[in-house]
Amino acid sequence: MISFENVGLQYGEGEEVLRDLTFDIGPDTFQFLTGPSGAGKTSLLRILFLAMRPTRGVAKVFGQDVAQIAKADLPAMRRRIGIVFSDFRLLDHLTTYENVALPLRVRGRDERSYRQDVLDLLDWVSLGHRTDAYPPIMSGGEKQRAAIARALIEKPDLLLADEPTGNVDPPLARRLLRLFIELQRSGTSVVIATHDLSLMDQYEARRLVLSGGRMQIYE
Amino acid sequence: MKQGGWCCPVVECKSMSKIRLPNLAQLRLKRADNTGNSSGHDLAEKLGLLGPYVWLVGAGKSAIVPRESLAGRTLWSVIAIMTLLACLTLGAVLMVNATAKTWQSDISREVTIQIVPLENVNMEDALERAADIAEKTAGIVDTRTLDWTATSRLLEPWLGDNLQPGDLPVPRLISVEVDPDQRPDFNALRVELERNVPGAMLDDHKAWVDRLTTMAGTTVWAGFAILALVLAATCLTVVFATRGALAGNRQIVEVLHFVGAEDRFIALQFQRHFFSLALRGVALGGIGALVIFYVIGVWVSASIATPQGDQTAAFFGQFTLPASGYVWLIITALAIAILTAFTARFAVHSYLNQVHETGAQAA
Repeated sequence: MISFENVGLQYGEGEEVLRDLTFDIGPDTFQFLTGPSGAGKTSLLRILFLAMRPTRGVAKVFGQDVAQIAKADLPAMRRRIGIVFSDFRLLDHLTTYENVALPLRVRGRDERSYRQDVLDLLDWVSLGHRTDAYPPIMSGGEKQRAAIARALIEKPDLLLADEPTGNVDPPLARRLLRLFIELQRSGTSVVIATHDLSLMDQYEARRLVLSGGRMQIYE
Repeated sequence: MKQGGWCCPVVECKSMSKIRLPNLAQLRLKRADNTGNSSGHDLAEKLGLLGPYVWLVGAGKSAIVPRESLAGRTLWSVIAIMTLLACLTLGAVLMVNATAKTWQSDISREVTIQIVPLENVNMEDALERAADIAEKTAGIVDTRTLDWTATSRLLEPWLGDNLQPGDLPVPRLISVEVDPDQRPDFNALRVELERNVPGAMLDDHKAWVDRLTTMAGTTVWAGFAILALVLAATCLTVVFATRGALAGNRQIVEVLHFVGAEDRFIALQFQRHFFSLALRGVALGGIGALVIFYVIGVWVSASIATPQGDQTAAFFGQFTLPASGYVWLIITALAIAILTAFTARFAVHSYLNQVHETGAQAA
């Protein structure tokens, strides 16, 4: 599904923030991406969700070289990837329901064809009573769950989550972890970027550890 | 025991296997017959009645680009002013054009024969002969010789009211009405008059008509140049406003990108946003212009046959917008709205291409 070979990334004329990354992510797998702050986790995620191209090496996502993907093909590929940002990135002027339905709406689907699915998913993440709430009045945990629901609404092949537990208390962090594990069991590859060791200790999974732009893998 | 959702801490949630993603595909099939209410809007949409409106402004859903913002209010105010200026300019051009045509038509419908007094020439005979020659010419409808009373009244402002025949060698005039559909051969008439009536000169008002045509043409082109400048200024304003809106809504563009929106979808959202703003602006500006021209028309109608009205008519003609002018004003206002929407679309595509080139769509 994902294949990196000697991938490097450099911003402008500065030092490389990612160096010689070589790893694979298979289908239906679960992995933590970890490392100290500034190690390059977010940069790596940006390559994975096709927002950046590596400056060297070959990065393949769904079998396609990221550097060679045509602009017109990007939307279709991004639709196979669900992303959860640490700062949620919900649109403040849309309701929870509208935020979660956004990926379907941009596909031009008729709302009547997905309304019930979105409501069911919101129920499932315990936001059924907050469908008409706007993000500015929601708690951090609610926003996090709404962001996760948005990432899941089309059941992506790959879920990328950047510090998904960074803004939540430990009990909620555990719940979110269970959610991601269940998602992996249902057929989605999951990459959780975190520096929360306690979270990683709760589940035995592959660890991709970034340090100084280089990666070590603990199976 | 009821499970409280994706993972409820109240109920026994020890086993992760209890958490199950909803089977979306199955739910979709099961509940396909229970999907929302059928409203009047839905019915109209089914009938295709709202098609163009829905496409243009995205009715029925929350706008992806927020509708209300300070920049948005400023922009639609600017568009209202620009529309008012464009419509006033266009209306003025149409009025000048219509008035110039009336002038030209009036002037070219009449020519003048002037007879200069000469020694040993009887003026009354010369007038009679000249009128006779004119009446026999094809394309001349009628002639009217200005008698001494009419001539002295014409000269009264300069020579006073005591002017008597023989006091001064005053030229005499014959007003000749021309058939506009079958204009006479003025050169032949001029030769005929000069040969048979000493001191006779034909003035076909060509110099006046040429000057009026030049003046009207210049005014019309200047008006169109101003109109073009107003439209160009509107486009540039919209480009800047779009760039500002994109910068202000950068997060929205990013979110749309990572949920898989195509550039044309994003551009359409901004196009709708700006079309909606522009509609409000052109409605205000356009209605303002229509009201102004209507009020002027009413005032002119009311002041016909009054001294002020006569003075205005003498200088500016009727100074009213022809009926077709109102249609043109509405077309101009709508054109500005459409121009705004497409300018915004162009600006968004340009921005997105730039973003794609730099690969900076992620924060």
